[in-house]
Amino acid sequence: MDAVDIKTETDNSPGAARTIRISGAEAVVRSLIAEGVDLVFGYPGGAIMPVYDSLYHFREEIHHVLTRHEQGATHAAQGFARVTGRVGVCIATSGPGATNLITGLADAQIDSTPIVCLTGQVTAGLLGTDAFQETDVVGISTPVTKWNYQITDAAEIPEAIARAFYIARTGRPGPVLLDITKNAQFGELDYAYQPCQGIRSYRPKPVVSVNKVEEAAALINQARRPYVLFGQGIILGEAEQELREFLEKSGIPAAWTLLGLSALPTDHPQNVGMLGMHGNYGPNVLTNECDVLIGLGLRFDDRVTGKVSEYARQAKVVHVEIDPSEIDKIVKADVAVNGDVKEVLPMLTALVEKRDHSAWMSRFRECAAIEQEKIIQKELFPTKAGLTMGEVIRLVSEKTGGEAVVVSDVGQHQMVASRYYNFRRSRSNVTSGGLGTMGFSLPAAIGAKLGCPKREVVAIIGDGSFQMTIQELGTVLQTQVAVKIIILNNEFLGMVRQWQQLFFDRRYSATEMINPDFVQVARGYGLEAESVSERDGLSEAVDRLLESPGSYLLEVRVEKEDNVFPMVPSGASVAEIRLD
Amino acid sequence: MKQPFTISVFTENHIGLLNRITIIFTRRHINIESITASESEVEGIHRFTIAVVENRELVEKVVKQIEKQVEVLKAFFNTEEEIFYQEIALYKIPTNALGNGVSMESLVREHRARVLSMEEEFVIIEKTGHKEETQALLEELRPLGVLEFVRSGRVAIRRPMHKITDAMLALEAVTEA
Repeated sequence: MDAVDIKTETDNSPGAARTIRISGAEAVVRSLIAEGVDLVFGYPGGAIMPVYDSLYHFREEIHHVLTRHEQGATHAAQGFARVTGRVGVCIATSGPGATNLITGLADAQIDSTPIVCLTGQVTAGLLGTDAFQETDVVGISTPVTKWNYQITDAAEIPEAIARAFYIARTGRPGPVLLDITKNAQFGELDYAYQPCQGIRSYRPKPVVSVNKVEEAAALINQARRPYVLFGQGIILGEAEQELREFLEKSGIPAAWTLLGLSALPTDHPQNVGMLGMHGNYGPNVLTNECDVLIGLGLRFDDRVTGKVSEYARQAKVVHVEIDPSEIDKIVKADVAVNGDVKEVLPMLTALVEKRDHSAWMSRFRECAAIEQEKIIQKELFPTKAGLTMGEVIRLVSEKTGGEAVVVSDVGQHQMVASRYYNFRRSRSNVTSGGLGTMGFSLPAAIGAKLGCPKREVVAIIGDGSFQMTIQELGTVLQTQVAVKIIILNNEFLGMVRQWQQLFFDRRYSATEMINPDFVQVARGYGLEAESVSERDGLSEAVDRLLESPGSYLLEVRVEKEDNVFPMVPSGASVAEIRLD
Repeated sequence: MKQPFTISVFTENHIGLLNRITIIFTRRHINIESITASESEVEGIHRFTIAVVENRELVEKVVKQIEKQVEVLKAFFNTEEEIFYQEIALYKIPTNALGNGVSMESLVREHRARVLSMEEEFVIIEKTGHKEETQALLEELRPLGVLEFVRSGRVAIRRPMHKITDAMLALEAVTEA
């Protein structure tokens, strides 16, 4: 089959953009600038050197952050994208450089994060010959990209980049990879940049069915115990205000998925808490008591639903979702509204009746009181000597006034951070949800801080996760990016250990960690650092972390064998959530 | 309940798209019975015809995930009753096996096949039809010593009268408006 039909001839018609004769590599950088890019993350190598040479020329326009591993570049681009809503960009060379992007691409794909990755590739004539640092990155990355494409001719570059940005950010966002052969970087073209306005085969914005919205509103108006679940769609669709207006008129309690977190302030009176395996008690058990379940911009991940055959069977389901392939994928919708929540929510708000549902809401409060007594109290106000992760998070939450960007990694500390940080602003929770990528936090925090330099960015990382991308401390050093790093060190791969304790008869297979001295390591990278293992002094240490003008690492040695509760055991129904 | 479905996918004509489509099946451990790619009635738009035996719910989900791909214009699925479909088979038979009471003419007539070529040493027979039909001829030819047999993937056309590409272009108009 033919390659993409990208126009190569110069358009000389009146009104057409004037072209300039430049190299493919320069066209790459000029196209990035044309897309508004002023920050990229990457790592150079043989096959991408022409682009790096051009980046050197344009170093005043584009700031390149040298990460210490290409995976770090992808997560940094993700962190940047998640806090800014803009497309994150990373660059790598061919072969191992390109394969190192795969984890980040997979993460961005499952968490709908708009990033564009550019990889160098061997010269087109060598494709398929097992040339030095040749790998079929288009083939490898196909399952984990929204779109990918190999550029073998300089003339294709502007349009391919325009398409890449358009595809990454529109509809349900996602990662795009462009693989650029070396001859295309060296070759010349008549360059002019036209942003992509649309692609014939791609319809990112569904046409909302008014009938479906009316049906949904009718169901909601008849409901006695309606219940809203919202996901990252609210944040991606920038529909936080629309969600609030819908909730405040309809009086419906609302719970969030891990990635929906921060779209609605934690202390909003209708925010009843977190869904899922380690979510709050009420939001889980009451899923099986509501009569109308309203899913807004979420995909009913298995960590949210537990056993699907026993999930909300009593309820009619309304599902508002921009991606039609998510509708009926896991949970069958009685009324499916395919559309952008930003567009659908105001339509729904106009049609729903004003209610307060106070009796139903009080059921959530009763559950919250049970959870407070059985779990939260001892997590936040422990009476034993050992520090809990929860008390650390709550301290950080209070001292930052809920205004920080919290970038958590994966594991127990992630669940605790999500449960106990009181978010006040949207786009403030950055975490690897769908893929559960350990090592995400440190590089993502670097990207987040560079994306919003005026905000406090706190990376909450477990001792296991930290060591997966610990080399990015070098990026912190070189870039002087003021991320605040808190290592919650329990000397275990805590979440796996918890499962081993509960479901594998305490057989702690390969979960104990012999760790380095994290403070020494951090100091070696030029960071200010300290370690705390007792309650006395914790508050002051957190103050020093937050008050430090530069980057800072605080290791908190927490109780080694604490568990995160509540917990919906794997394969169990949300109603079978365990409190201990 | 598993049953045969024919999935039709209309796409841009781009490198790598076949891989993007087939991995959606392999990911869910679905075996593709046959797959063909060709041009459609509209220049620049290609169509894939994919035959699977699966349950309807799974096929629905797979088709949505195919249609989600950026370069896919439209994907849909049909049961056997909703389409016209054909496959083509070629059979290579040694010439010396004929005679001996085997009448080439009656074989070809009975099966509505045709002789594509008659060489000195072998005969090539061509038959189009459904799988059972091409299979039936194969079984009949087997005793003669089949030198080679090959069957194509399915091609299929839907029963409804309207032009499928019109519907796609209509969708495009709505999107652009």
